[in-house]
Amino acid sequence: MVKAIERSGIPVVHIATVVPISLTVGANRIVPAIAIPHPLGNPALDPAEEKKLRRRIVERALHALTVEVTEQTVFDK
Amino acid sequence: MIKAQNADMLIAGPAFNAGRYGAACGTISKFVQDELGIPVVTAMYIENPGVDMYRKDLYIIETGNSAAAMRTAVPAVAKFAVKLAEGATIGRPAEEGYIERGIRRNVFVDKIGAQRAVEMLVSKLNDQPFETEYPMPVFDHVAPGKAIKDLSKAKIALVTSGGIVPKGNPDRIESSSASKYGKYDIESISDLTFETYETAHGGFDPVYCNDDSDRVLPVDVLRDLEKEGKIGELYRYFYTTTGNGTSVKNSNEFAEEFTKDLIADGVDAVILTST
Repeated sequence: MVKAIERSGIPVVHIATVVPISLTVGANRIVPAIAIPHPLGNPALDPAEEKKLRRRIVERALHALTVEVTEQTVFDK
Repeated sequence: MIKAQNADMLIAGPAFNAGRYGAACGTISKFVQDELGIPVVTAMYIENPGVDMYRKDLYIIETGNSAAAMRTAVPAVAKFAVKLAEGATIGRPAEEGYIERGIRRNVFVDKIGAQRAVEMLVSKLNDQPFETEYPMPVFDHVAPGKAIKDLSKAKIALVTSGGIVPKGNPDRIESSSASKYGKYDIESISDLTFETYETAHGGFDPVYCNDDSDRVLPVDVLRDLEKEGKIGELYRYFYTTTGNGTSVKNSNEFAEEFTKDLIADGVDAVILTST
């Protein structure tokens, strides 16, 4: 789906846990997620902390959308 | 663990079309092959991401796309495994049932290349069937979309393969091999809750997601960012399907279709989440 959307020119950032799969299927902007059952969360944290964690990942994803890339790039910082 | 067992061989899978399973089979198989030097064989469906990742390194027996194909997969794997274990010469992919690894082996044939080339050309010109000796690779890279200059003015859309749906899954999106996608209105939604959303995806433990679907589709955070002016707008609709075993063809078609909406409604960028 990532490539089909991006073919239209709309930039896509893929938040995914298994980064090698994201790379293989061809996503250009990738942000690693936390875990398969909760890519943007961590039930071990208290709700406020968990939301902060989620926000950090989303902010990283939004940042990735503002960066010009010429090849597949994993944004893990 | 494998070393401690003094295993003579490793068989991993069959993973069919389960992407993470295929990736895992490939990873462990390659590691064991490299570190322990014992023969390994794995098995999966041609579209499994594990194939692209490991086809050059491993024998991957080609299977159907689901466990319904178990009864043909297992004998194929077993037959190959025995051959491999016996050290017999392994033939070409089509003969032995494994996925082409992209390895070229020199063989002698009766006709010289020039003759074979001309014969192939003559068949082609006469619209007769011919078989290429070297299939051209298909490069399917998509150019990255241009970066967003100003997030505070950007309209961001959420898409997911994690199967997030309104509670009760009103459109009956399948838990695996989805035949459809959903488009849902989140205009008045600031937070996904246990009472209102869930996942239809059958390929991961749904408990955490059902408790709070923001863990897969981060509506709460994006809504906050929208209110704070950090992004221009969270697009009114999100698109969802189940990634579990869904064919590349279907996924492509869904996305091509809903991308028309995204373009028509001036969406500037997409965040796509996967489990």
